[in-house]
Amino acid sequence: MSIPHLLVHDKEDNVGVVVVEGLTAGTDMLCVVTEDNSSFNLTAKADVPIGHKVALKDLSAGDTAIKYGQDIGKMIGSAEKGGHVHTQNLKTKRW
Amino acid sequence: MNTETFFGYRRENGRVGIRNHVVILPVDDISNAAVEAVANNIKGTLALPHAYGRLQFGEDLDLHFRTIIGTGANPNVAAVIVIGIEPSWTQKIADGIAETGKPVAAFSIEQNGDLKTIMNASHKAKEFVHWASEKQREECDISELWISTKCGESDTTTGLGSCPTVGNMYDKLLPKGIYGVFGETSEITGAEHLCKARAIDDDVAERWYAMWKAYQDDVIFAHQTDDLSDSQPTKGNILGGLTTIEEKALGNLEKIGRTSKFIDILEPAEAPKKGKGLYFMDSSSAAAECVTLMGAGGYVVHTFPTGQGNVVGNPIVPVVKITANPRTVRTMPEHVDLDVSGILRREMTIDQAGDALIEMIVRTSNGRLTAAEALGHREFVMTKLYRSA
Repeated sequence: MSIPHLLVHDKEDNVGVVVVEGLTAGTDMLCVVTEDNSSFNLTAKADVPIGHKVALKDLSAGDTAIKYGQDIGKMIGSAEKGGHVHTQNLKTKRW
Repeated sequence: MNTETFFGYRRENGRVGIRNHVVILPVDDISNAAVEAVANNIKGTLALPHAYGRLQFGEDLDLHFRTIIGTGANPNVAAVIVIGIEPSWTQKIADGIAETGKPVAAFSIEQNGDLKTIMNASHKAKEFVHWASEKQREECDISELWISTKCGESDTTTGLGSCPTVGNMYDKLLPKGIYGVFGETSEITGAEHLCKARAIDDDVAERWYAMWKAYQDDVIFAHQTDDLSDSQPTKGNILGGLTTIEEKALGNLEKIGRTSKFIDILEPAEAPKKGKGLYFMDSSSAAAECVTLMGAGGYVVHTFPTGQGNVVGNPIVPVVKITANPRTVRTMPEHVDLDVSGILRREMTIDQAGDALIEMIVRTSNGRLTAAEALGHREFVMTKLYRSA
């Protein structure tokens, strides 16, 4: 298998993690779901650093971000499919 | 390689250590100068200076004694010189360590002064070094290892690679009869429902949840001045791509693997009492504090997944660094004991990474210095619960 650009923990997740350095907007990313090794492709809409998250579908303010099949916080801004998800648009529900 | 056995130091109480330190241990902050002078006089000794030990009281004092005594009692320590300002607490600590059967000597400074204390303690330390340096390693079953874990400078790669590697190691070694421990109370926030479900029974689950909730209510909500966005996750975590405490906690909990249940909850620095198995220790998520507490609980080797590259070490417990982040492997390789970045490239499975970690644990136990040991990281940090009187 080719080296993936993006890994996703769980089929239910709506965000994935960039696992290569220097990913640029427009890259056709090979995405692998680690749970079952299934794969899909997605176009990056931003330059996203290694370790940072990308939306797997369009997300709006108020949506819950799902990773590991679990709630990791609420969107406080939008992210388009393939866009960067981080502190600018995602926040904890805890404190 | 053979990972069924390792070569360790059998101590008087039957426990097995993987290092053979003669420790010069201060009771309190103002005895650090004498302790460091003794360690300078006598080669092969190790001073453990720290910041506390005066006018503490109540639960905070109990924790201080537990941490100091537990550190001296750790099987990685062959013998101990205890130095304090006054004789009473000094003797209390020496007596606590002596319960293990190992050689311990106590010296107090009042009415002696630093110089006489240093001379007397140096003579005894020299005796201990001669004695300890003739100890030989013997072959021991892997089940005699006590292995702790705590991650640091986490990022999203820790949840994908290095934490599941530790979890796989626990899935393989806990059934063989090792002792394990995880902790980081605040850092389970967001995964508390999953953690609670990993307790062995309802009683442990309810006690675990009450402990976790008490920290939320009594410490975080009582003292927070903002949303902890500068603290949990840390700035380093955020640079690495972690956004929320929930996301960090879910990655953190990957360290306990898939199959094991935790059988009891330990106070900070408390030694386990229910036999072999996995424990949860109520502890800070700050690396040096947490590793110090687990060492005081009797654990002899620490597995430390990192993403962005935490450099922490401990004076008596070897800290094995594991990372899956290829950038960290590239930019700070001198801190990495085990590179599992192949997991991200799908070139290495979690199962293979777990086996590689077990090999590194055995090599470390046999005497290989960890990156943190070779680089001189000796962070010995006491946990303080509240202001001294």
